Amino acid sequence: MARFEGIDFYDLDSLFTEEERMIRDTVRAFVEDRVMPIIGEAYIERKFPKQLIPELGELGVYGANLPEKYGCAGLNNVSYGLIMQELERGDSGIRSFVSVQGALVMYPIFAFGSEEHRTEWLPKLATGEAIGCFGLTEPDYGSDPGGMITTAKQTSDGWLLNGGKMWITNGSMADVAIIWAQTRELGDVKGIRGFVVPTNTPGFSSRDQKGKLSLLASDTSEIVLQDVELPESAVMPESTGGLKHPLMCLTQARYGISWGAVGAAMACFHEALSYSKERLMFGAPIGGKQIQQVRLADMLTSITTGQLLTYRLGRMKDEGTMTPQQVSLAKRANADMATNVAREARRLLGANGILVEYNSMRHMANLESVYTYEGTHDIHSLILGQKLTGLSAF
Amino acid sequence: MNVTVCVKRVPDTETRVRIDGTGIETTGVKFIVSPYDEFAVEAALRTKEAAGDGAVSLLSLGDASTAESLRAGLAMGADSALLLTADVGLDGLATAKALANELQGSDDALILFGVKAADDDQQQVGPMVATLLNRPCVTGVASFEVQGDMAVCHREVEGGVEVIEVDLPAVLTITKGEYEPRYASLKGIMAAKRKPLEEKEATSVPERLRVDRLSEPPARAAGRIVGEGPDAVPELLRLLREEANAL
Ligand SMILES: Cc1cc2nc3c(=O)[nH]c(=O)nc-3n(C[C@H](O)[C@H](O)[C@H](O)COP(=O)(O)OP(=O)(O)OC[C@H]3O[C@@H](n4cnc5c(N)ncnc54)[C@H](O)[C@@H]3O)c2cc1C
Repeated sequence: MARFEGIDFYDLDSLFTEEERMIRDTVRAFVEDRVMPIIGEAYIERKFPKQLIPELGELGVYGANLPEKYGCAGLNNVSYGLIMQELERGDSGIRSFVSVQGALVMYPIFAFGSEEHRTEWLPKLATGEAIGCFGLTEPDYGSDPGGMITTAKQTSDGWLLNGGKMWITNGSMADVAIIWAQTRELGDVKGIRGFVVPTNTPGFSSRDQKGKLSLLASDTSEIVLQDVELPESAVMPESTGGLKHPLMCLTQARYGISWGAVGAAMACFHEALSYSKERLMFGAPIGGKQIQQVRLADMLTSITTGQLLTYRLGRMKDEGTMTPQQVSLAKRANADMATNVAREARRLLGANGILVEYNSMRHMANLESVYTYEGTHDIHSLILGQKLTGLSAF
Repeated sequence: MNVTVCVKRVPDTETRVRIDGTGIETTGVKFIVSPYDEFAVEAALRTKEAAGDGAVSLLSLGDASTAESLRAGLAMGADSALLLTADVGLDGLATAKALANELQGSDDALILFGVKAADDDQQQVGPMVATLLNRPCVTGVASFEVQGDMAVCHREVEGGVEVIEVDLPAVLTITKGEYEPRYASLKGIMAAKRKPLEEKEATSVPERLRVDRLSEPPARAAGRIVGEGPDAVPELLRLLREEANAL
């Protein structure tokens, strides 16, 4: 297969700055050299490729849009999005790792943590020396995290956490967890606050989620919090906005996902297009058949549409005008788009399409998680519906 | 330890080249730093790091777009860059003279080149610059180490390694050896913006080599099937002997 060169049917390259292109090409080359040769096996073995953690840190992808002062790269949001796109071209599990580390751990520490939290954790998280996870979802509170039953009770000298979190990316590998817990009556969404919890604190335990059929090269875990005693300083002082604050983190992560999904779709399209030109059936390349050309044209159209969405979303984020609903639209549209592109690519590949030597089915399976996490497709429909009608349908 | 690296902007090695009269069609072509020059940049950065001080300067002769390639080198870690703007043709000596005019005053201990440019493959410019500057030159260096006033260079030769000691200042041309180029870190890319990148017109050196015409190689003729199975062997042998003169 020809080297991956991206897909740029509408010449978006001319809208990116030289620096943005250089950043994208650097991450693209990294993924080609370091991720592609090992990802199939990592997937089959159901292991996150941990050897990449320090390398990605050296490259500078963790929290890349946060300030240099804390050891981060200080990039704009379009560059950050392009990084997510290229990482997910490799695998959604790699992108998820980086999304969680940056948007769900470093971002809340930066936005809501104390200066001590920032100086203690951000530089280590930026290099990958420390790994973070984000615990919001619970077994019975997925789309409705406001109902959470994990509690934080104020004690004479700090906090006592009890409860459990589910589906936590990096949950077993993490050195530090951002745990969201209810500090008031259950159901009071204003009482939800965020805690910086070192995972070696007594009472904190985690367990790998067994039996996944998606995102296999990623650590997804369950976390149990049993009488976890924390000092007063563990609470993020600015996390006083209740549920709104974890949702602000999700907006950051969803932004990255909308770019990442485009990357996964581009990987599948690239594979399908190459295959269609090489695979001979009935004595001719299948790419010369109208059915496959329609399939490819549909894929290209969806990808191009997705690219235009993320490009514009990124520029709005950099201008400071982006709204969470605009992020919902892009996450919803692009995760759905990529899931469909991956499935069509897999089908075009015939029997080879079910093999791990090819990438499309891995992406297809991964994207089912991407479709579901960070607000399911349906939940984003409801967010947009509420925006349009002013009526909540949750 | 100060090192200058001369780099050239070339079409990506995966480009499907299309010919346009006397040159190649450049629209839609991605340009990169010639891969051998990237080895040289990596070698320079390691030399500086090993010495613990000094600066790596980049020098290129090219059109205005070459600035982008120089910034890529700055992002890898080079300290400064100079672009000599000119229309670069295929005349290696003209290129070498323009570079040498600039390097005349340089007291950098090492001037590095890639062993060849990935586009025209001439392997001339490095040694020519060395000659013009009256400096010793070692070509095709796979690895080297600076020891005092000397560089100990390793060249890969058939079945072994040739070790050449050369007095500094010297010119080396670097080949693919142990200098796998590093990725520019994202911070490096940001920092590159703040590093000095100077541009000035190259001293004009007339080219003495003229390209009259470039043309595609003729399409390969279709193969011929002389028969099938063992029966075909005698005929195949006859053709190989009489027509192809291969036996
Ligand atoms: C691989 C993976 C990694 C994850 N990583 C993390 C992580 O790091 N941290 C974290 O906190 N969480 C994480 N999650 C959790 C994820 O965010 C939740 O799974 C998601 O929010 C959906 O919750 P749920 O699974 O409980 O589904 P449910 O909320 O039970 O939804 C079930 C179905 O009902 C639909 N639905 C729900 N409510 C409504 C409604 N009001 N109207 C109509 N339909 C509705 C949903 O769209 C869905 O189709 C991860 C999940 C996965 C799969």
